[in-house]
Amino acid sequence: MVTCTGCALLCEDIDAVVENNRIKETRNACRRGAAKFRGCKNRLTPSVNKKQTDVDASIKKAAELLKTAKSPMLFGWSNSTCEAQAKGIQAAKKLNAIIDDTSSFCQGILIEKVLRKKFRTCSLEDIRNQADVLVYWGSDAQDSEPRHLSRFSYFPRGEARQRGYEEDRTAIAIDVRESNTAKICKGHFYRIPLKGDRELILALTDALSGKVPAYDTKRILELANILKKAEFGVIFAGIGLTYSIKDELDILVALTDRLSNFHILPMVGHYNMRGFNENLFKETGFVNRVRFDGKAVHDNKYAIVEALRQKAIDALLVVGSDPLSSLPRSVLPHLAAIPVICIDPCVTLTSKIATVTIPAAVSGVESGGSAVRMDGRVIELSKVVENNYLSDAEILARMMEGA
Amino acid sequence: MPTVMELYQLLPKTNCKKCGESTCMAFAVALLSRKKNISECTPILEGSFKKQKEKLESLLLPTAGAEETGMIVHPELCTGCGNCVVACPVDVANDPKGAAIGCAPTNDKVIFRVVDGKVIASNIKECRRFGKNRVLCYACIDPCPTGAIEFV
Repeated sequence: MVTCTGCALLCEDIDAVVENNRIKETRNACRRGAAKFRGCKNRLTPSVNKKQTDVDASIKKAAELLKTAKSPMLFGWSNSTCEAQAKGIQAAKKLNAIIDDTSSFCQGILIEKVLRKKFRTCSLEDIRNQADVLVYWGSDAQDSEPRHLSRFSYFPRGEARQRGYEEDRTAIAIDVRESNTAKICKGHFYRIPLKGDRELILALTDALSGKVPAYDTKRILELANILKKAEFGVIFAGIGLTYSIKDELDILVALTDRLSNFHILPMVGHYNMRGFNENLFKETGFVNRVRFDGKAVHDNKYAIVEALRQKAIDALLVVGSDPLSSLPRSVLPHLAAIPVICIDPCVTLTSKIATVTIPAAVSGVESGGSAVRMDGRVIELSKVVENNYLSDAEILARMMEGA
Repeated sequence: MPTVMELYQLLPKTNCKKCGESTCMAFAVALLSRKKNISECTPILEGSFKKQKEKLESLLLPTAGAEETGMIVHPELCTGCGNCVVACPVDVANDPKGAAIGCAPTNDKVIFRVVDGKVIASNIKECRRFGKNRVLCYACIDPCPTGAIEFV
């Protein structure tokens, strides 16, 4: 049995059939996981200034670029093992660099609240064994973490939920569109307008405290009743909810405080995003957007988007991420103007414009390590096939020897 | 998936009984449930029905891969989420420590398993839609949001 690194569920029950050091077949992995095990179509090759070279030369050049830069930034990390992330944080310290990861424009603010213990959360095993009311809020778990519903939340039979989804569990979807998760929730799908989460939270808070909600009274009272009767409820807070109320997350916390049996679980996409947040939090007390300058300084201007917008960085190291395809177009010109070092197993849009490219092993397939699941449990990753590619951690270690 | 009426419209509609069924409508029902073959309708094999025969064959093409219970899994729609693996009552009864609690199946008695990111059906004789005491079970169709599982 091996661990899948397709998403933050880190399924440990995957059966990979290896023949001649190649993965011939995967069993139990979803389509997303199976694709990860199959590997990339276009493998990245080492290059400097778009000219093919060997790995040693590209690592040497990368170290030189980072060393000479006045304000370098290390970005990515959500698709790297905890070991590589620790090396990255050490490198940022040594280089006096800015370090940020994809949680900067994802679930970072919610995970920070989890780590500061601002609200109740629970493990996925608790959900499987006990949860009876599941609220998928601004999250399409069925598509983003395909095995979430079948492995942990809605369908399985748990210790206290022996009749499974048929009688013991109620799934509720709150979203702006009828997602695949909403299709499964059927009668309990609450469609809200864009940015309508705040109004719904306030209306629910009203309903729970005995007042008449401001709109859609019948449906909201019905929803409040289901939430009130829950023995073990979970709100799966997706990025839709986090984006919509990012400046006032406290109203969500206040809502769960009113519901004594409710927990919040941030839905994480990348397999080790929570790992980076936890590692950096242990080291500095912040989850992302940190600059090392003797001490760790946290500021919103150290977010990748802001740093690029303000042209505050002069070199960028990208590890296992593709900022060129995921960041807003308005900040990209600066990305093209500075030296970019790309560490990735596959060819990406960013690797195509990068000054230095360094091919890495696919973690969880070609290199081992550990990662943190979306609920905070540390899971070991195994090496399934042998090859000569260096892992992210090894590349960073060699890079820092030269820097 | 074609309907009985669509198939009937393309048949000769003469109720000649040469196929052994009493009416062309009965033959259309038998065609859809794969109990009869188009070639058993002798009038349609004659030249004047050539176009209708071709249309019938193309309509019946999707049902060709169906299991004995009429189950078809569309691999292009399947995301391998495994909802059907865990929801199927037969899987739950046959594998209480594996599929029933959301984990990987631990034995070969289960009907559904996910291979290479797509679900495949085996042990089809265990399906509740099969055999003498069959029931109209929807447990694998209902949890599939993409409509990858179908019965014909």
